[in-house]
Amino acid sequence: MGLEEKAGNLGFVTTTLEAAVNWGRTNAMWPLTFGLACCAIEMMAAQASDFDLSRFGMEVNRPSPRQADLMIVAGRVSRKMAPVVRQLYDQMSDPKWVIAMGDCASTAGVFNNYAVVQGVDEIVPVDVYVAGCPPRPESLIHGIMMLHEKVRREKLGPRTKANALRFDDDGRQVELIRSR
Amino acid sequence: MAVAERSVGERRAAIYQSGRDGQPDRAFPTPQQVAQAAREIVVPSPRQVIAANARRMKDASQFDQSMVLNMGPQHPSTHGVLRLVVELEGEEVVQLAPDIGFLHTGIEKNMEAKTYQKALVMTERTDYLGPMINNLVYALAVEKLLDCEIPPRAQVGRVLLSELTRMNSYLVWLGTHALDLAAMSVFLYCFRERELLLDIFELVSGARMHTSYIRPGGLAWDFPKEFKATVQHFLNIFPSRIDEYEALLTDNPIWKERTVGVGKLTAADAVALGASGANLRAAGVPYDVRKLFPYSGYENYDFRLITGTEGDTYERYLVRIAELREAVKIAQQALDNLPDGPYATSDRKIWPPPKEEITYSMESLIHHFKLWTEGFKPPKGDAYAAVESGRGELGCYVVSDGSSKPYRVHFRGPSFINLQALPHMAKGKVIGDLIAMLASLDPVLGEVDR
Repeated sequence: MGLEEKAGNLGFVTTTLEAAVNWGRTNAMWPLTFGLACCAIEMMAAQASDFDLSRFGMEVNRPSPRQADLMIVAGRVSRKMAPVVRQLYDQMSDPKWVIAMGDCASTAGVFNNYAVVQGVDEIVPVDVYVAGCPPRPESLIHGIMMLHEKVRREKLGPRTKANALRFDDDGRQVELIRSR
Repeated sequence: MAVAERSVGERRAAIYQSGRDGQPDRAFPTPQQVAQAAREIVVPSPRQVIAANARRMKDASQFDQSMVLNMGPQHPSTHGVLRLVVELEGEEVVQLAPDIGFLHTGIEKNMEAKTYQKALVMTERTDYLGPMINNLVYALAVEKLLDCEIPPRAQVGRVLLSELTRMNSYLVWLGTHALDLAAMSVFLYCFRERELLLDIFELVSGARMHTSYIRPGGLAWDFPKEFKATVQHFLNIFPSRIDEYEALLTDNPIWKERTVGVGKLTAADAVALGASGANLRAAGVPYDVRKLFPYSGYENYDFRLITGTEGDTYERYLVRIAELREAVKIAQQALDNLPDGPYATSDRKIWPPPKEEITYSMESLIHHFKLWTEGFKPPKGDAYAAVESGRGELGCYVVSDGSSKPYRVHFRGPSFINLQALPHMAKGKVIGDLIAMLASLDPVLGEVDR
């Protein structure tokens, strides 16, 4: 998004610009207010008094996906919820990142059954997985800082977009949700 | 109406008087009243709401203000993944239908594939705000099947942990309820105390939320030696913290504006809808499983059955706050009377022997091996146990076919049944109040969908 990505590769100019842009992105990453199950309670705890996520510039939760750039999938994703999660992801504007919080979002955890999507990476591309059932708020904060680390190393240009979309060898976009 | 004209101060005083000796007991509504109420209650399905609106819009004028609004499943005020299909006439709710199932996890089905001991971990993932109470109801049902005795230390410990869990659950309710009505600071205060509770849970079980601490046969292991002092510290400071919440909300004009008279549920309606917990008691029905069908020795504790009179959102708030204070009382009694002794049953067919016994006793080794490889096998039959959870009457029905895995486990989730009251309460009210009503019903979607 924005001018710096349209500019493409400008050599050393972009590397400096990259650092500035990535610095900005890590310090104002707005998560989507979006809780699914138990992990959402720990996500709330991470934002509340004791853990205080706002120290990392992460507290501005946005209820609208249009204004958010981080989706924290907090909890188990059921088959009924999966299309909704994907739609929310599609509605978020680029650049966007996803954290799979907890065992259920990462691998479905104990719920190896008919009702639960076996890991949210089946439907959206995940940047960071946070383990735990539910993860402690410290784990979530650690996961977010890992994501910051990742974002700081990102290159400008269409590569950022590759996070969101997957392309096959012929350059066609791969559809992530297949019609069942 | 004389009742409606009472000041909120009088209403609060009446709630704090309820359940005391010498006070006239509030009565259950008569069966005729309940039957009459049941005839008038309509809970439509989402499809019916959409179809009804489509029929209306067919011959509507261009000035018709009617529309169908989807609230959720991603909506900050639906407390999880609930979708509400609301038919609106301007700002007024004509009718609404909750669309549930977005968090259906197949927990009951999954439990059938696990042994009785392993299925326990599934229970706390239903109502994730009251993990210990979920453990307890499952443990009680399985113990009924097994017909085993629980030592007093485990009984008292269970009551203590149940009450701490209830406080935890109410704190999240109060914080999110206030957050929905734009009182941000209450949320921060509530979560401050919740962390103290979670520290206690972590102390006893090693986990903050999903504890798996109360198990069929007793407690997972003994309380650590810091336990008593930690809980006592919490119980010393908590009453003054409840006063803080009340100072923020009880006389707050905005809070009263948003809650007094909003979402009224009459006693007959509440009973007809099957509501339970604080939602039912606020409507004036003296129903509490702890009092009426005591379990784990609740009959030995001195506490009051708090009831309201009018059943509006404000009264549900007052009743829950009063119950928080009662929970502190029960927890204090349990802590004072926590006896020494074993923390789990001595029945070696159900509970493994102590580790050191295995080194010299062949029988103990066999018991240990059998329990951890195939688990215990309750006799054929079924059992139902009910407890008062943070949301209402939580029941667990277990069917055994004689094998080491349950044939069927079913939960009576109070959130699921309480949620049915929403379409009835919200009919004809404005959409802004819908948020207050939903928050005060306190559904946990994990328990609704299971």
